[in-house]
Amino acid sequence: MTHEQTRKIQNYAALTLSGLAALVGLFWLVFILGDVLTNGISALRLDLFINDSAPAGVAGGGLRHAFVGQLMVTLAATLIGVPVGVLGGTFLAEYARGRTFARVISILADIMVSVPSIVIGAFVYAIMVRPLHHFSGWAGAVALAMIMVPVVLRTTEDMLSLVPWTIREAAFALGAPYYKVIIQVVYRGAATGILTGILLSIARVAGETAPLLFTSFNNSFFSTNMNGPMASLTVTIFQYAMGPYDDWHRQAWAASFVITLFILGLTITGRALLKWRYKK
Amino acid sequence: MTQALELEVRNLNFFYSSAVRALHDVSLPIQNRKVTALIGPSGCGKTTLLRCFNRMHDLYPRHRYEGEIIFEGRNILSDAEDLIKLRSRIGMVFQKPTPFPMSIAENIAYGLRLKGIRNKSELVDRIERALKQAALWDEVRGKLNNSAYDLSGGQQQRLVIARALAVEPDILLFDEPTSALDPISTAKIEELIATLKQYVTIIIVTHNMQQAARVSDMTGFMYLGELVEFGTTEKIFTTPEKKQTDDYITGRFG
Repeated sequence: MTHEQTRKIQNYAALTLSGLAALVGLFWLVFILGDVLTNGISALRLDLFINDSAPAGVAGGGLRHAFVGQLMVTLAATLIGVPVGVLGGTFLAEYARGRTFARVISILADIMVSVPSIVIGAFVYAIMVRPLHHFSGWAGAVALAMIMVPVVLRTTEDMLSLVPWTIREAAFALGAPYYKVIIQVVYRGAATGILTGILLSIARVAGETAPLLFTSFNNSFFSTNMNGPMASLTVTIFQYAMGPYDDWHRQAWAASFVITLFILGLTITGRALLKWRYKK
Repeated sequence: MTQALELEVRNLNFFYSSAVRALHDVSLPIQNRKVTALIGPSGCGKTTLLRCFNRMHDLYPRHRYEGEIIFEGRNILSDAEDLIKLRSRIGMVFQKPTPFPMSIAENIAYGLRLKGIRNKSELVDRIERALKQAALWDEVRGKLNNSAYDLSGGQQQRLVIARALAVEPDILLFDEPTSALDPISTAKIEELIATLKQYVTIIIVTHNMQQAARVSDMTGFMYLGELVEFGTTEKIFTTPEKKQTDDYITGRFG
């Protein structure tokens, strides 16, 4: 066999193997999304958004308590996580640019991004839930915020670094103090990129179950008290899917569908923003 | 003939770090409302000198100045100098156009707002005046709210000049302002520089000798961090005293 023939065969083999791998991955993705779609849409009722949960075993009822709880915890997490992430990223990209210290923090943030979320849940359990002797919505929000911070921080840092340094020099040359250069010029140049990072980080935490199990726990009743246990869609899906009742299963499917759609929407918006930014 | 001095550089040395000395004992006068050109081969220190005038080097660590630059009777290299105020008096235009990511009008308003001008009608007036001074008004009137990035490279550079002029500086520093532009845009900027000296003192760094000859009144030739020769542009380009200057302007090196 000639050298060229060997290379052709190798090329063909590599193409076939990677193609097969892609097919296997795609098959499960389509399977899961398709399952959620078909089971979810057929289970979707208006009651789901209007009613709170019915007593166990009784048909009917809805997930209003879980939707509201999820929204409140996610919103609180965003309010805590986004300022910390954006300001931290600003510090790294602007004030500590090029220092070893900044590089170490960046790497640590990258590691934080891949820490299993249940570890963060356990951590917040240890620092908030145990000392206060009760689960709370705030603990859930803190756990989700901790997952958001490294994502937002790293995106902010990257997006600010993409703004050419000469633009900053030009603003300095007009007699602008550094904070005005950052807020009025650099943030403007990086705004869509940072917004994308924020949206993607919200999408990332909206589907989390493990950190909430240890922190906001769950609640079968409607509650807006962030100091007590709070319902969330993800934990409710977990509980309902494990439960013995058909009606619970139906609601879990519907909730899965809604939360998947929400995350899909956020992700697509984020990607679209990013694309739009680079087209400019 | 005595000329009013805008700036005076006295025995200036500049170090990028304790090991790298970029300027050697440079002294020169900068005359009021004249165009002074700094020429010389790459790495000769002309941009380094220019960036001393608005203390741009202070943005980076480990720099060190020695000597004096006298402006309005004080040494602006002293630690007590208020850099924000200094930079609003001594503006700068860079090699590549540096519009901010905002509209044409906002780009100019940015510097004005930094000076504390908030009055809407005054902003509008001064934006128009600056754009007229920078010979850009006819091309952008009616689209002041468009993004500055929609302009061509040459227009962006004139916008940046308008932005610098709007804050009414005493001195404008130009760092190779046409090296990223096509010949027609270059000609427009050169024409503009000639008209601008009625408002401001101009110091321009260029590696284009014809440009220096066309736009400047005074020329300094720099080589290896030293100011080799300084004099009227006419004299430097026709009867230079030093052989190095002669070699450079006749294209024998550099």
